[in-house]
Amino acid sequence: MTKQQANWSPYDNNGGTCVAIAGSDYCVIASDTRMSTGYSILTRDYSKIIQLADKSVMASSGFQADVRALQKVLSARHLLYQHQHNKQMSCPAMAQLLSNTLYYKRFFPYYSFNVLGGLDHEGKGCVYTYDAVGSYERVGYSSQGSGSTLITPFLDNQLKSPSPLLLPAKDAVTPLSETEAIDLVRTCFVSATERDIYTGDKLEIVVLNASGIRREYMELRKD
Amino acid sequence: MSPNDFKTGQDAKHWAEDPRVRDEHRERERERERGDTYKFVESIHFCCTIKFTMFRNQYDTDVTTWSPAGRLFQVEYAMEAVKQGSAAIGLRSKTHVVLACVNKANSELSSHQKKIFKVDDHIGVAIAGLTADGRVLSRYMRNECINYSYTYESPLPVGRLVVQLADKAQVCTQRSWKRPYGVGLLVGGLDESGAHLYYNCPSGNYFEYQAFAIGSRSQAAKTYLERKFESFVDSSRENLIKDALFALRETLQGEKLTSSICTISIVGVGEAFHTLDQETVQGLINEFEVVGEEPPADEAAPPEQGAGTEAALAPAAPAAAAADEGAPADQGVAPMDI
Amino acid sequence: MNFADSASAMKNLLGSEGDSQRTLYPYVTGTSVVAIKYKDGILIAADMGGSYGSTLRYKTVERLKPVGKHSVIGASGEISDFQEIMRYLDELILYDNMWDDGNSLGPKEVHNYLTRVMYNRRNKFNPLWNSLVLGGVKNGQKYLGTVSMIGVQYEDSHVATGFGNHLARPILRDEWHENLTYEEGVKLLEKCMRVLLYRDRSAVNKLQIAKITEEGFTISQPYSLKTFWDFAAFKNPTVGAEGSW
Repeated sequence: MTKQQANWSPYDNNGGTCVAIAGSDYCVIASDTRMSTGYSILTRDYSKIIQLADKSVMASSGFQADVRALQKVLSARHLLYQHQHNKQMSCPAMAQLLSNTLYYKRFFPYYSFNVLGGLDHEGKGCVYTYDAVGSYERVGYSSQGSGSTLITPFLDNQLKSPSPLLLPAKDAVTPLSETEAIDLVRTCFVSATERDIYTGDKLEIVVLNASGIRREYMELRKD
Repeated sequence: MSPNDFKTGQDAKHWAEDPRVRDEHRERERERERGDTYKFVESIHFCCTIKFTMFRNQYDTDVTTWSPAGRLFQVEYAMEAVKQGSAAIGLRSKTHVVLACVNKANSELSSHQKKIFKVDDHIGVAIAGLTADGRVLSRYMRNECINYSYTYESPLPVGRLVVQLADKAQVCTQRSWKRPYGVGLLVGGLDESGAHLYYNCPSGNYFEYQAFAIGSRSQAAKTYLERKFESFVDSSRENLIKDALFALRETLQGEKLTSSICTISIVGVGEAFHTLDQETVQGLINEFEVVGEEPPADEAAPPEQGAGTEAALAPAAPAAAAADEGAPADQGVAPMDI
Repeated sequence: MNFADSASAMKNLLGSEGDSQRTLYPYVTGTSVVAIKYKDGILIAADMGGSYGSTLRYKTVERLKPVGKHSVIGASGEISDFQEIMRYLDELILYDNMWDDGNSLGPKEVHNYLTRVMYNRRNKFNPLWNSLVLGGVKNGQKYLGTVSMIGVQYEDSHVATGFGNHLARPILRDEWHENLTYEEGVKLLEKCMRVLLYRDRSAVNKLQIAKITEEGFTISQPYSLKTFWDFAAFKNPTVGAEGSW
């Protein structure tokens, strides 16, 4: 029999876009709910956002199987942390753990593109952005995934964060209010959905602030 | 009798004539005459007698050696360790399990050790005996729960965890280079077949209970629980905690029950395993009027079964509950009527 | 997995096929599985063909199998790998039953277990060459999920593997709703299977439908769909094709 399949690959790209914005006392994490493979949509309602701790939420796109494995590892590690320390992991701690977990698989990486959003010790919004092998940076806002090429320049334009080269260092958090940030996120996704075939169906927005966590949804184009 | 005869074990008559063995047999005879049912867990009484009669027990130097009477002394000693620890009790209704324990500091200068551990959202344990061993076993149970939910994304059934735990304990009773765990665990949890309470023993035995108490002076609490356990099935969450507090007080033998010397934890339908904070516990103690009472002067401390060690532990403490082995539960001088 | 392992695996994968101990491509395959939720539970449909490349090699392959009391699995892809998976699952269920303690693995648990198996095998560069559908009902909760050979998994109200994702799911997106009765559900699945039969060359006209409800599962006897071939183009396909017969 002749070989029919192309060479097998352990990876796939299931698409999806993630955005996170940090404010002075809130953090918004958003992602669409479409899951695709090639030109096919697998499902229109798959959440890419997971709450890893009280004040840390991760949104991930890329290869769903790796993303799920990563989420499970982090959740298990967080359970162990709670047993050992009798408290929830802080967002900066979770950020470091995520980096280490990704780097642990440096030579057979998790094909996942993550943003981690949350509140830090002072209740200030924080966003950490990653590559697939674990290098990360704390920023004021970030976008990852298939629509990031469309959204990042738009956020750069709208949220002109102070240069990280400035001394003394300036806060990276955005000057927007919570509702303004949510509106901006909605606009980002509506726009990205127009041009990115891997983004669409539904938008899931998670908002973290002093009063807790809140989820909102908005329909997106389904074509 | 030559040592060789013993090793080959061909003829029962030979070793039965050994004076030390004969003594064991006699001791058992005497026990039967007294009408005591022979209990595995309460054999310390027996061992002490042997020592007192100046015979060194030659069957207790390692776990894997049987005594001719079919006993494993090292395992039994491990079970004694459970009795040395401060009391832990557990009770369950259809929907909830309450675990409670007495916190006893090792010295005036130290704080007490933690005796109740959360294993997962649906399981918790209370321990009595070697706390260090208890921690190791709790960590094992936590790992098992995490691994199970990693694979199946659902909680590990309580009974299955308990069997795994018991099997782990059993291995230590059959390996010459190991020692049995010196800790008893009350495992309380909730799964799709309901609320469960198990007692896990260093021997690798495990039992399911409606209510149970382990550790020092636990007999008093057991007596209380035996009197009341039939009502526990349909008990409310609050009543379960109330009974836990009352049972706990029984073990204190006159000492005043305060939130600083006890821990109460609960797991149930719609309620993940958690430990009540001190204020809440004190509030409940006040609400239920679980006052510690001064022991009546005329009440002597009745010996518990195997009270040799218990008495040695607290020689001055008069027993609050007279109801003990042999005495009908309701006839016991109950310290309070509810 | 460490680097040395994955590197050698990669080398093996790309190297000569002759000495490979891993599945580089499937031999005998089953085609689409289509499944939906309906009012009282889950319906799953699959035909019974086993293709050896383009040859219809087997005609009575059972691709729907029960897993415990609450679930049914449907498989497309390599048939031998599916039969291996069934050995895992039967053992899993056997051990589960041996506890005899009132707890049992439901569809969610089995689906997650399968996802772990598929993903672990892909991590070893030795995949089980299947797309699996798992449906079931337990404690009044309907469950329908799927997992691919590299461990991609999701739940939905309707799922389909292979060609079914292209041909059946658009129909399902159009016509599926929460309150389908059993008869409507079967009719909808048959419509999907008929389209697949017409357009998927490896589909055969002999299929089974599994039903899972709170009461348990039933897997139908194999049966055929009514088809219509009297289209002009079918009657004489070579008319107008000069030189052919």
